[in-house]
Amino acid sequence: MPRRDDIRRIMIIGSGPIVIGQAAEFDYSGVQACKVLREEGYEVVLVNSNPATIMTDPEFADATYVEPLLPGPVAAVIEKERPDALLPTLGGQTALNLAKALAEDGTLERYGVELIGADYEAIDRAEDRERFRETMEAAGLSMPASAIATSLEEARLHLDSVGLPAIIRPAFTLGGRGGGIARSAGEFDEIVARGLEASPIGQVLIDQSVLGWGEFELEVMRDGADNCVIVCSIENIDPMGVHTGDSVTVAPQQTLPDELYQQLRDQALTVIRAVGVETGGSNVQFAVNAQTGEILVIEMNPRVSRSSALASKATGFPIAKIAARLAVGYTLDEIPNDITEVTPASFEPTIDYVVVKWPRFAFEKFEGADARLSTHMKSVGEAMAIGRTFKQAFAKAMRSRELDSPAATSKMSPTELLDSLTVPGADRFDCLMAAFAGGASVDEVHQRTSIDRWFLEELRDLALYPETPFEGERTFRAVDTCAAEFEARTPYFYSGWDTGAVDEVERGEKPSVMILGAGPNRIGQGIEFDYCCVHAAMTVRESGRDAVMVNCNPETVSTDYDTSDRLYFEPLTLEDVLAVARVEKPEGVILQFGGQTPLKLAAGLADAGVPLLGTDVEAIDLAEDRGRFGRLLDELGYQAPPYAEAHSVEEAITAAGEVGFPLLVRPSYVLGGRAMEIVYDTDGLEDYLARHVHDDGRAIYLDRFLENAIEVDVDLLCDGREAWVGGIMQHVEEAGIHSGDSACVLPPHSLGPEMLERIRTQAAGLALKLGVVGLCNVQFAVYGAELYVIEANPRASRTVPFVSKAIGVPLAKMACRIMLGEAIAELGLPDDPMGHDHVSVKEAVMPFDRFDGADALLGPEMRSTGEVMGVARDFPTAFAKAQAAAGARLPDGGCAFITVTDSDKAGAVAIGQTLHDLGFRIVATSGTREALERMGVPAEELKKIGDGSPNVVDMIESGDVTLVVNTPTGSGARTDGWQIRRAAVARGIPCLTTLSGGLAAVRAIAAARQGAAEVLSLQELHREPGAMESAA
Amino acid sequence: MSRPGFVLLEDGTRFEGDLCGAEQHGCGEMVFTTGMSGYQESVTDPSFAGQVLAFTYPLIGNYGVSGAAMESDRIHVNGVVMREAVNRDDAPAAEQGWLDWLAAGGVPAITGVDTRSLVRHLRSRGSMRGGIFAAADEESARGLVEAEPPMDGRDLAKVVGTRTVVHEGVGGDGPRVAAIDTGIKRSIVEQMVQRGVQLDLHPPDVTAEDLLAGDPDAVFLANGPGDPAALGYVVETVRGVIGKKPVFGICLGHQLCCRALGLETFKLPFGHRGANHPVKDLETGKIEITSQNHGFAVAAPDGGLRVEEDEPVRWETDFGVAELSHVNLYDRTVEGLRLLDVPGATVQYHPEAGPGPHDSLYLFDRFLDQVRAA
Ligand SMILES: Nc1ncnc2c1ncn2[C@@H]1O[C@H](COP(=O)(O)OP(=O)(O)O)[C@@H](O)[C@H]1O
Ligand SMILES: Nc1ncnc2c1ncn2[C@@H]1O[C@H](COP(=O)(O)OP(=O)(O)O)[C@@H](O)[C@H]1O
Ligand SMILES: [Mg+2]
Ligand SMILES: [Mg+2]
Repeated sequence: MPRRDDIRRIMIIGSGPIVIGQAAEFDYSGVQACKVLREEGYEVVLVNSNPATIMTDPEFADATYVEPLLPGPVAAVIEKERPDALLPTLGGQTALNLAKALAEDGTLERYGVELIGADYEAIDRAEDRERFRETMEAAGLSMPASAIATSLEEARLHLDSVGLPAIIRPAFTLGGRGGGIARSAGEFDEIVARGLEASPIGQVLIDQSVLGWGEFELEVMRDGADNCVIVCSIENIDPMGVHTGDSVTVAPQQTLPDELYQQLRDQALTVIRAVGVETGGSNVQFAVNAQTGEILVIEMNPRVSRSSALASKATGFPIAKIAARLAVGYTLDEIPNDITEVTPASFEPTIDYVVVKWPRFAFEKFEGADARLSTHMKSVGEAMAIGRTFKQAFAKAMRSRELDSPAATSKMSPTELLDSLTVPGADRFDCLMAAFAGGASVDEVHQRTSIDRWFLEELRDLALYPETPFEGERTFRAVDTCAAEFEARTPYFYSGWDTGAVDEVERGEKPSVMILGAGPNRIGQGIEFDYCCVHAAMTVRESGRDAVMVNCNPETVSTDYDTSDRLYFEPLTLEDVLAVARVEKPEGVILQFGGQTPLKLAAGLADAGVPLLGTDVEAIDLAEDRGRFGRLLDELGYQAPPYAEAHSVEEAITAAGEVGFPLLVRPSYVLGGRAMEIVYDTDGLEDYLARHVHDDGRAIYLDRFLENAIEVDVDLLCDGREAWVGGIMQHVEEAGIHSGDSACVLPPHSLGPEMLERIRTQAAGLALKLGVVGLCNVQFAVYGAELYVIEANPRASRTVPFVSKAIGVPLAKMACRIMLGEAIAELGLPDDPMGHDHVSVKEAVMPFDRFDGADALLGPEMRSTGEVMGVARDFPTAFAKAQAAAGARLPDGGCAFITVTDSDKAGAVAIGQTLHDLGFRIVATSGTREALERMGVPAEELKKIGDGSPNVVDMIESGDVTLVVNTPTGSGARTDGWQIRRAAVARGIPCLTTLSGGLAAVRAIAAARQGAAEVLSLQELHREPGAMESAA
Repeated sequence: MSRPGFVLLEDGTRFEGDLCGAEQHGCGEMVFTTGMSGYQESVTDPSFAGQVLAFTYPLIGNYGVSGAAMESDRIHVNGVVMREAVNRDDAPAAEQGWLDWLAAGGVPAITGVDTRSLVRHLRSRGSMRGGIFAAADEESARGLVEAEPPMDGRDLAKVVGTRTVVHEGVGGDGPRVAAIDTGIKRSIVEQMVQRGVQLDLHPPDVTAEDLLAGDPDAVFLANGPGDPAALGYVVETVRGVIGKKPVFGICLGHQLCCRALGLETFKLPFGHRGANHPVKDLETGKIEITSQNHGFAVAAPDGGLRVEEDEPVRWETDFGVAELSHVNLYDRTVEGLRLLDVPGATVQYHPEAGPGPHDSLYLFDRFLDQVRAA
């Protein structure tokens, strides 16, 4: 069937902010879809609240809306843009749920929008666990015994039939959120309650457990003519019970005999047909008992997914791209396989290498969080590696994780190591390898993990003889979808070790520039950096050179072979990058866009004589070495908060005296504010030091903590001679909340022109003094009338995509042009980039709801996983949009609970007043209530948690409270504040933990009263001269 | 204790590795399969007789071997070339370890070979003779490779086919089918027997008279090794049955049937061996992912190797008109045809799978429907 001509304009919904379970993979699939649909001559309307995505770059769609992914705003976009069709299968669960909602509330029908890719019925059949089960049974397939419950009572009734342990899974949640494994009746009640809460339709599934069975995934594609192919099989090394997203997985499947594998294949095809996904990709998950040959269907996702991104990168078969073509009418045999060019996409890739995916966790950032792996996904990112053998791939994947600190296996005894394996945790494979190295037997490990013996034997060999798999020469091989049966035209490479092999890279004559990516997503280093790397690749290509990408993150756009001229899927360690440099002989290497990861390699690459582009290695050290940086500030006459460096407890105590409390304390060389804390007195300091000073001689930094200071972020370009400030962002939360976690506003909403000028001057002064060539990010604190420099990062920062979208100038591209030799003067940059008549707000998205036990409190340590952007004509509206997009939908009425520390009581009054005027009922704890009443704000008193019911937690849980304002009185487990915040998070009630955040929120609520906010496309916002055009 | 060895091709190209399996050399036509699982089915498939098989998938032996995966009563390849081999007898469904089994079967094997380079070489130079040798002197190895008869013009059916008539599916309630066993796979027999077929396997040199003696409902032409052009005597037999009984063929059987019709067969540059080739059924327009294992193919009506259109193009044959029923979407070669004036149909690929996808099992039903219709 040829392309459909009855549709002209297609809407694509993205997946919103990066959250656990929904990461960059949907930017990758969305971007592919946008490209393909426009190639096919369709107009694309894109909606996604996440500014850090490539898909929200104005050049990827005809109309790009950075708006909240909620029925209201999206309906508004539909009304405005009138798309003919909606493609909902590329934006993860978010897009799917949204499409369902728009179908149910009649919006699609009202505006005559057709769902393509998967229709309502198919989505519902796959996503509603009960309907799915009926569908499977009708198709003659088995699933684990299970029961549906919509209440705890109902759930208890089923317990006997299902038995313990039981698997509890909420309907319609992402990454198993709110689910878990109940091993006891107590756990059962707890998890069921949580699950009912988490499920948007208040429904949980109670499954018979098949813990320990093998877990397999198949990626299926189907076209409108009912042709189906399996793109890839993925075997989870972790058996059933560890979420696929948290499992170490391998492709293709390794342990099933052909006959059993073919049964899985048959069933996967049956599933996609029974569910009725007409066109596109689906992910089908199975549990297999290899002993008995039993196969159970676990679930299917009627859309592209994390696994389909993995499968695409693992095989070279671009699932999302093909899915988009299928959605507009093509059949698989009508689409060429771009890797061979001579064969059609209607085939099943076969590979002659092994792929291993490894999750990246961040438990260290969530004190008190339950770090056991379970059916509910907890990892924040992943790395993939390709090798000629399993051992090669596994070892490469292991080092691709780039752990900040190696797993502490050395301190564990052989028995401790083995015991640690019984409950899977983030370090399990490190422990497993250590156990093998220490002589543990395959049986001992198998008993504790039920991991298939084949894997265990491979891993034991690797642990005992780590060198053997790497004998022979390291050469670069092509990923060709066909095991060399045909010639590969697509330059997508990985390295493997073989005897007598030769490189398959055809380097060509053009000069090339290597761009080093950011590796696995992690908190503090996310998709923003991939965005920058992709922009660098585009720019290098535009400059007539070959763009060469090196990265190991399968989720990303940067590892799409379409993004660069040559892609090397390799770990980002010195050894691995040098290997690529050997075959590429690049004109230069760009380190500045991949976050901290490539910067760590700077010195090593320079020593090896690899030419580096942009800012000098020297400048990086200058900015990161506190002493040298301090002296540089003195020379410039800029202020930094008083600080000292200490190498021992004693030193720290004396230094503290000189610097003066409160103090911000942290270990040297940390990213994302790792282990950074605020201490108010010597006791607090001693306590911190006790926890963090290890006599490894590594320094501890003590900074005077500037209380209630306004934090400011600046992103600027510098060519070494001239600097150009692209954006100044004023943080909503005061300094002390990590820049990555605080909301920020561009242009600043409450800083005077004179202060802005000082900020501009000092930022530029710093960049020039550091000798920045490319991008630089400077953070300031405005403390009273004083301006303090907090830090400068001579590299792309987290905020580059946000600023680029806010001002309409692609900063990363400009920076790349500078690195390639152009001067700022030649870039045609606008004089007043922030001079638009719109306000942009960035809000961070926190993962607290995934980490039971962790405090939902903001601080100097970064913990957000993603961000959203709100754009409007005024600040309150933009802020409201950002809040809504971040999932904290502000209430338009009801009951507000306020409790603040004494120092904040005065400030709280303003908030209380506005809420009162807006007709909110106000409840408060005694102290806060008095403060409010004193200023004439009526408020009811609530019992403190200790003093019995009804206290605030009861009220929050019973849903009586719609808004919480709670500024912390000292953090720490189980304080009242902690319990209040957890209760709010659990209920999804907006919980504002800073005064400034609270104020902004109430102003936003007031603004929302003026009616629904207008939706704005980036294209219309930047039509003014000096914006996007100049970027072209 | 690793035994250094090497693979030598007739053009002198050499690949190093470590010997495993039986302690002896092995020569034959060097071919490769791209299937990622099903190693045991492959090496026991009689169609591989006279060949040394290289696996493109780098890890072989992962799930051991078991009786259930036998495609015949023994190993038919003359040698096995692998990137990495394991001997796992403790795998869940394993009855024996892969390498022990190869050794017990007297089949030499080599591991640690960069099979990807080997495949790239065969892809560009075409399939050729080669062998697996201990790291003795290359001279004698070269001699052994030269001594190996080339695949063109080679009759291997007699070597692998049955010597006496064998009765399968006795007591079945389905049609009675007489098969010429040029090296039939277990899976084919099973697919038929499951459908109630009473199947008699005749030796390759059976005459048309003997074949038709028992008045079967249909004649089946099995898969098998070697060059169809060398099997003139089978072709004669087939000419003697076409038109008299519905005729069905798979792989070599398809080629033999076509020669009996008067069509040409030719040798493919490096063959089709794997489990992922897309084939289009021109009757339904549906695409099947197929199991393939053949080095020769049938020429298109225009005498060329490719059929460019997805059209049921026609041949004028000695037995009337034949129509293209299946085409390979990888290289557009002929994958199957249907006889229009006499009952009969054939396919080049392996609908019985074993190893490979089950997409084409429907062909057995189509086949039996036509027998019942006839
Ligand atoms: N019946 C079960 N027994 C044991 N583990 C299970 C069972 N069902 C699911 N799981 C585990 O829970 C994980 C998540 O379940 P799944 O249905 O895939 O939810 P999600 O939609 O989050 O992917 C699976 O990857 C699997 O490891
Ligand atoms: N002297 C200070 N006073 C107040 N807040 C500070 C001070 N120094 C740092 N902070 C806060 O800590 C956060 C993290 O510090 P920063 O130096 O930016 O570390 P990182 O390198 O992780 O970004 C900043 O975003 C800021 O909110
Ligand atoms: Mg799942
Ligand atoms: Mg910072």
